[in-house]
Amino acid sequence: MAAPPPSAVTAGSDARGFATATAILVGVLVLAPHVGVYPVFLMKALCFALFACAFNLLLGFGGLLSFGHAMFLGTAGYVSAHAAKVWGLSPELAILAGTAAATALGIVAGALAIRRQGIYFAMITLALAQMIFFFCVQAPFTHGEDGIQSVPRGLMFGVLDLSNTLVMYYVVLAIFVGGFLLIYRVINSPFGNVLKAIRENELRAISLGYDAERYKLLAFVLSAALSGLAGATKAIVFQLASLTDVHWSMSGEVVLMTLLGGMGTIFGPVAGAFAIIAIENYFAGFGQWVTVITGGIFVVCVLAFRRGIVGEIGAWLARRRR
Amino acid sequence: MTEIFGVPTQALFGQLLIGLINGAFYAMMSLGLAVIFGLLNIINFTHGAQYMMGAFCAYFLLEYAGLGYWWSLLIAPVAVAATGIVIERLMLARLYKLDHLYGLLLTFGLALIFQGLFRNQFGSSGLPYQIPAELSGGMNLGFMFLPKYRAWVIVASLIVCLATWYAIERTKLGAYLRAATENRALVQAMGVNVPRMITLTYGFGVGLAALAGVMAAPIYQVNPLMGADLIIVVFAVVVIGGMGSILGAILTGFGLGVVEGLTKVFYPEASNTVIFVIMVIVLLIKPAGLFGKER
Repeated sequence: MAAPPPSAVTAGSDARGFATATAILVGVLVLAPHVGVYPVFLMKALCFALFACAFNLLLGFGGLLSFGHAMFLGTAGYVSAHAAKVWGLSPELAILAGTAAATALGIVAGALAIRRQGIYFAMITLALAQMIFFFCVQAPFTHGEDGIQSVPRGLMFGVLDLSNTLVMYYVVLAIFVGGFLLIYRVINSPFGNVLKAIRENELRAISLGYDAERYKLLAFVLSAALSGLAGATKAIVFQLASLTDVHWSMSGEVVLMTLLGGMGTIFGPVAGAFAIIAIENYFAGFGQWVTVITGGIFVVCVLAFRRGIVGEIGAWLARRRR
Repeated sequence: MTEIFGVPTQALFGQLLIGLINGAFYAMMSLGLAVIFGLLNIINFTHGAQYMMGAFCAYFLLEYAGLGYWWSLLIAPVAVAATGIVIERLMLARLYKLDHLYGLLLTFGLALIFQGLFRNQFGSSGLPYQIPAELSGGMNLGFMFLPKYRAWVIVASLIVCLATWYAIERTKLGAYLRAATENRALVQAMGVNVPRMITLTYGFGVGLAALAGVMAAPIYQVNPLMGADLIIVVFAVVVIGGMGSILGAILTGFGLGVVEGLTKVFYPEASNTVIFVIMVIVLLIKPAGLFGKER
């Protein structure tokens, strides 16, 4: 559904521009906790940034609007929290277990959802996510409303003590950068180009001999797996897995982050995630106004700001170059 | 006490009745969604919030204007439909040339705004709304006790649904509507004011949701979030039924309500999820939905 952004840098197809921008981004993130930015805020924003990037892989490059991505974030969170707390697995294995669970769920949900297109696809993913939500409310191992609390952070690879906030932060940063680079690699691979072709004109791609369903399913599963990676990491960081992460409002939130940042751009979801998390932190004490503001941003983005933050920057860069 | 399949008949018929009531709301809501989708190509995510606003409108009318249930039944749908018409003119009308998914995102944002505003004002706990005096009490049918109000909801919603079916399938206005669904430009060329028809259609669908909200107010409490989870179930109902047929939407709505009610009797743990499970099965067997056509 996304109009291709006019600048190659923001679309992630200009390798040099991408490398420069990524180097600046990572440099800023490495230094940020040392110049007074609260690391817990950064970790939360990074987890959501990875989540939004994974979502954008599906929406921005595959043209598929999933309204149920919270099921992958939440399921992975529950599984990794359970693995770390009850099974006593080390954090890297717990995160792996959560990611694997989200991947498995992604295969099933994806195979069902791609049977319909467009609006139906969105409604089906939403309904499937609601089913997972009710499952999590009732299943004994999730502890219902309480969630899985005080999950141990533990020692990563036996050496990295994650109870140290700064160590935890750099681990989260490494996971984010790894996921981000993987997504960049995917969208610039032959696979990514076919995916974009399907987004633009599915029938033509099929007539050229591409098995569109297989490409869409693979994109869906990749997106689910990376969303799971974000959710599993988030559960270890906050030592908590709760119903919030499987609720439909979380699915809406990731749509908003991507929309605000600029869908179909490589950096957009990162910008969107940081912006939304900052807004939520700021308005946390104002009750339901957060919901109203979130809704308001949705409306403004759709009506007047469809390129998003990074998309607008890209358009501005492209205009200047001319 | 008499039993059927090891379940007391009282409980069975009681749940069946609740199922029919829920089904009535599913039917009215999915009907509105289908009518809007047919002409506007937009899935109206605000539908749940508009159902909630219908219930609140009834509550306001009683609290501040002293107007009772019967007046609300008339005024609330018109009032909420008017807000819908404003939304359509100011916002949705700008999106028709874009991808349909933008309409979904816009209406989702609006739903968040409405639900947030009402929650700020009224909290999350429900406000009570009395059953009108004419419909309080009930009848003893011998095998079960039937509250009059519940019987009224089922009958009234059936009448509304069938009237909608008649208006769309059997009247001249409905013929215009169906024609515009098929080919908007051609109908406009024949001299029909299609943009106005689109606006009124949106208002009508929204009004249906608000009417369902008023009817729901005495059964469930009036609550800012009463439509939030309902809309997701209604989406599943729409996927199951397919949006191609009006009668199909009505039948699917009532049928799924009954199935849900029966699940509460025989396997209560699954009652929340049974509709989604049915959706999965339908997607596997007939992806277009029971009454739908691929398009």
